[in-house]
Amino acid sequence: MEFSKSLKRVLLLELLIPMLLLVLGVYLGLIQVLSRAGVIRGDSIWSLKYFEGLTLHGVVNAIVVTTFFAVAFGNAVMVYYLKNKIKMTWVWISFWVMLIGTLLAAWAIMSGNATVLYTFYAPLKAHPLFYIGVALLVVGSWIAFFNWIPMYLRFRKEHPEKKTPIAVVGTLANFVIWFIATVPVAYEVLVILLPWSLGYVSEINVMLTRVLFWFFGHPLVYFWLLPAYIMYYAFLPKLVGSKIYSDFAARLVFFLFLIFSIPVGLHHQFAEPSINPNLKLLHAVFTFGVALPSLITAFSIAASLEMGAHLRGHKGLMSWVYRQPFFDRNNYLFAYLIVGLLIFIVGGATGILNASYSMNNLVHNTGFLPGHFHLTVAGPVILAIFGMTIYMYSNLTGKEVKLKSLNVAVPYIWALGLAFFSSGLMVGGLLGEPRRTNLGISYTNPDSPLFHSDWQITTAITAIGGTIMFIAALSYFTVLIATMASKSKASIAFSFPTSEAYHDEKNISLVKNFAPWILVAVVIILIAYVPTIKEALENTAGGALPYLPTNPVPITP
Amino acid sequence: MDRAEKFIISFSIVVLVLFVTGIIIVAKGAGIDLAECVPSDKTFTEGRLGQLDEHTYQAYYVAKMWAFEPREIEIPLESELDIFLTSKDVVHGFHINEKAVNLMAVPGTINKYRVKFSKRGTYEIVCHEFCGTGHQNMVGKIIVK
Repeated sequence: MEFSKSLKRVLLLELLIPMLLLVLGVYLGLIQVLSRAGVIRGDSIWSLKYFEGLTLHGVVNAIVVTTFFAVAFGNAVMVYYLKNKIKMTWVWISFWVMLIGTLLAAWAIMSGNATVLYTFYAPLKAHPLFYIGVALLVVGSWIAFFNWIPMYLRFRKEHPEKKTPIAVVGTLANFVIWFIATVPVAYEVLVILLPWSLGYVSEINVMLTRVLFWFFGHPLVYFWLLPAYIMYYAFLPKLVGSKIYSDFAARLVFFLFLIFSIPVGLHHQFAEPSINPNLKLLHAVFTFGVALPSLITAFSIAASLEMGAHLRGHKGLMSWVYRQPFFDRNNYLFAYLIVGLLIFIVGGATGILNASYSMNNLVHNTGFLPGHFHLTVAGPVILAIFGMTIYMYSNLTGKEVKLKSLNVAVPYIWALGLAFFSSGLMVGGLLGEPRRTNLGISYTNPDSPLFHSDWQITTAITAIGGTIMFIAALSYFTVLIATMASKSKASIAFSFPTSEAYHDEKNISLVKNFAPWILVAVVIILIAYVPTIKEALENTAGGALPYLPTNPVPITP
Repeated sequence: MDRAEKFIISFSIVVLVLFVTGIIIVAKGAGIDLAECVPSDKTFTEGRLGQLDEHTYQAYYVAKMWAFEPREIEIPLESELDIFLTSKDVVHGFHINEKAVNLMAVPGTINKYRVKFSKRGTYEIVCHEFCGTGHQNMVGKIIVK
């Protein structure tokens, strides 16, 4: 279908601005692996300090890029599948609010006034503009979401007999999760941290801020991931000439995410005080609930791939495993999606390990953690974003993708680098290597009394992996720039490669309406979080004054 | 949804239930649990080592920018150590290498964990949460004789 000029323009901005920031994001990633390994030794590189770089790396890669992409993708999905007019004023307002927020937060970080990492744990204090910037980014994404709700309701009203397209169900489920999860963090940022940062309030309850952060912190992971899941269900089967194995299961998966994504935050806080271990166990159990939709997905996608191979004439029992268009230059989106999906098998398994309650005692806050989550956010998530960004760019502008062979190689180079990167971090983590630490100064410095020879090996493996990932990212940017520099062939209509369903079940009400699922989600959240917040308030004493990372003496009002 | 899919969903649920059962047995049956929940108390604000009885020691750890207090403790082999951990300033991490002890030090709270040392040696404590400029030098030591 033909998108309006204004919509095309905003989508291109929402896709390309995060790519521009990501250039910085991956460069900082490279600096970190080299610093951890002691290849670069010191506090700062080109006047950007290690932890300013780590803050920027986390905020840009994990929050800014993912949010911009989810909004851009959501806007396109809503307009394309609902065939409804979108209110462009609100699309633009949402874009500007997100952009201004991003710029404010980026300024605060780069000027050295917000060295708090992407988790902004109090009582380390950031500049007020950092908190305002983060809040604006989130509010901008809410505006985009609110703009879609009337479009969806109109579709339901006008087509009472039709099923809601799966990509729309996925997008709306994702933003319902996002909205519920960001309300407490908005409270944390705007009501607790901002007045404290401005000096209006002197002391705050640190434990409460941590509970509110992790209420948001884990659903954030699904907010990154669900756009990739939407592509796995709605697009990937079509790309291999197959169908969605079961329409019902696809819908069920998104609704299961809706109820289980949020009441799991304490599995990030297993090592923390003040909260009863039994409450942590409850969150651990819910975490296993959220593994269910991923297991269903693994089966459904494998079934689609198998069916596709059979339809293309490969009859062998197991030949479907390798009879797929892995290196098809014209089907690059498949390569990006399938590589991400394969990485996520390891990412999901290590996640289950982390969530396994007492097992976390072994790995908490060690290198194992970034080793794990790079297999999610730097695996299926970023590869889906890379693939879909170039797909949408090419579709919106009518330009053909250039350097096709390099393009289809990118996910494989990336996966090779990631394999080294995550193995190094995870083995290092099991040997006690801490995360979030500039190891090159002390632990991997042979001249330091704190030198650890085994961490020198693991950080070196990580550095090799990180360097390969950096090369993959540069290759991707090269493809994108070459494509941008080429001439537009013709104005082609925008389209997504949409899959049909093989088992197309009846439109039963269980997977038709959001309201009952949202209600269940809220009930489970209350069960999981009312006692948690109560404990965080009751078992703590005294508030915390703000600190700067450079000074052991607090800032007194 | 066909038979294969129904089977796989039931199978997934069974696997997950088994996992959860295993976790509960290990945590509550074998007693390998998480940090205990202790209400905040002023007596924990000074770092020191105390002895409760012949085999039980109590270490009151205070994490601060950028050291653990006490910096170094010595305990006999086979003794149980009750670790009480708090922070004087920002959030710190507390990980004993080669031991499954992994705690966060949060200001305004007390974290507690019991650990037994059955091997002689020097155990290094490493701060694993970003706590400012000196973070990468923040270590402690437990010597087991």
